[in-house]
Amino acid sequence: MYMLHTLAETGGTLAGTGDASLQKIFEIITYIIAAVLFILALKWLSAPTTARRGNFAGQIGMLLAIVGALMGHGLSYQWIIVGFVLGAAIGAPMAIWMPMTAVPQRTALSHAFGALAAALVGTAHYYLFFYNNTGLVEMPTHTNMAILAVEVLLGSLTFTGSLMAFGKLQEILPTRPMVFKGQNLFNFVILGAAIATGVALAIFPDKTFLFPVLLGLATLFGVLLIMPIGGADMPTVIALLNSYAGLSASLMGFVLGNKLLIIAGALDGASGLILSIVMCKAMNRSFTNVLFGAFGQVQTAAAGHEKKSVRSGTPEEASQIMDAAQSIIVIPGYGMAVAQAQHKVREMFDQLTKRGIDVKFAIHPVAGRMPGHMNVLLAEAEIPYDRLVEMDDINGEFPQCDVALVIGANDVVNPAARHDKSSPIFGMPIIDADKARTVMAIKRSMNPGFAGIENELYYADNCMMLFGDAKAVVGGVAKELAESAAH
Amino acid sequence: MNLDFANNLYVFVLAAFLGLEVIKRVSPMLHTPLMSLTNAISAISVVAAIQIAGEGRSTLAIILGTLAVAAAFTNIVGGFMITDRMLKMFKKREAPAAAPAKH
Repeated sequence: MYMLHTLAETGGTLAGTGDASLQKIFEIITYIIAAVLFILALKWLSAPTTARRGNFAGQIGMLLAIVGALMGHGLSYQWIIVGFVLGAAIGAPMAIWMPMTAVPQRTALSHAFGALAAALVGTAHYYLFFYNNTGLVEMPTHTNMAILAVEVLLGSLTFTGSLMAFGKLQEILPTRPMVFKGQNLFNFVILGAAIATGVALAIFPDKTFLFPVLLGLATLFGVLLIMPIGGADMPTVIALLNSYAGLSASLMGFVLGNKLLIIAGALDGASGLILSIVMCKAMNRSFTNVLFGAFGQVQTAAAGHEKKSVRSGTPEEASQIMDAAQSIIVIPGYGMAVAQAQHKVREMFDQLTKRGIDVKFAIHPVAGRMPGHMNVLLAEAEIPYDRLVEMDDINGEFPQCDVALVIGANDVVNPAARHDKSSPIFGMPIIDADKARTVMAIKRSMNPGFAGIENELYYADNCMMLFGDAKAVVGGVAKELAESAAH
Repeated sequence: MNLDFANNLYVFVLAAFLGLEVIKRVSPMLHTPLMSLTNAISAISVVAAIQIAGEGRSTLAIILGTLAVAAAFTNIVGGFMITDRMLKMFKKREAPAAAPAKH
């Protein structure tokens, strides 16, 4: 019993107040188990074989935490239930019917929801200090007010920022960077003003007129922050927003003295941070450069470059070359996702493996619009995951590889990144497709890729271009292969 | 700086380090499900939202709290479901193909 009492007392910090009721003890225990389950969930996610168990552990943890929270005394449930119903009505259909190609959009939207929850809770907290049904004003401590201000700042800017990212990914908004003169300076002034308002609030918490100013500036900054970001930088930005959303949840835990919130938010924050570092490294760029560089602006292409010739081929020719190959490496990119070509890729994969040809997929970390995007699409098409190989592990195999097939990828296979110091992508690690005996690239046209950079790979002697929609071309190749097998 | 804050900071720092160590080991192949799972987990803010919506200490608090419950619960339901949908797709090797190739 003594132990339980101590537990309840320590739990006072965990859940806010210090009364040692049985309910409280129950709540604390559920929170501790939930925290452990969340950590296990991420641990089990490390490998595909245990990943589903991890997801299950996360669900149990969440269920326990919600039950624990609902046991809190003096709660009336009607509005909570309204919230649950609304949330389930939005969340479930999205999860069931959303096509896998829309995963980046959904992820951006879910960051928006998470951040919105944090901002709303923070706002409610703030006003409850001054306006509540007891009629008493509780003055928040300066520390708490400072944390609350950061929570609301991060929550609000992540909310609008994620909505902007969603708009760009869904192509409601232009995916090219939107820039104007003095943009970075303007953005910094807005952010500075938001921070100054936060500081002022921390010093004078009762100046309630400052709070809407903070909200307004933060939401505005969120929009401004994402405006100049182009589609190719979305993987980094989504990861960064993920980190912010987690951080704001964690800060909420600081305000409430709820350690479960602190832990879960910190895990999310850490995950977002790791992913954004991975993404930045894969592009050889810094955070600052991603956020303020407006990469992928319409660059006035160096006019008058000499016309170089490319060799263009048909699916039939491509299938003959592949038929004679021993090993083929496919390099998928965003173009595969746009064309929804993954199922046709699978058909081609089947035809080739039937012949005993070794087919692998080379995955660049920033291929697509979010971390891991290509893997999910290929897994959806039921391509076994041991065929999906990370860039660093597969690059050594290209010199022995007969055919490198580039499907809708561009900058990640541009050899200019290796040697052309003037190229915007110089120094970016790339997939060594050019080292294969034959390179085939499926592309709509010769228009330069997202970053607006010419790709010298297409002009190489060992390169054959397959012009057209990725789905149609890959489908054509698969059909040719199937027919030749039937003879 | 009060003691509560210091305690919370301890927890935060330790959890962040643990998170970095655990998540570093996640295969890059699973980075998309990782993001949707952590997103669902961070919707734990529903706990705070439940408190605010349920205590009903002011009308504004009820409105904001209910919306926050809805937003967080969207991520919980959607996040776990979509993560499972994605993870189900990752298969090592399907059973040997039904009919071997004709030669």
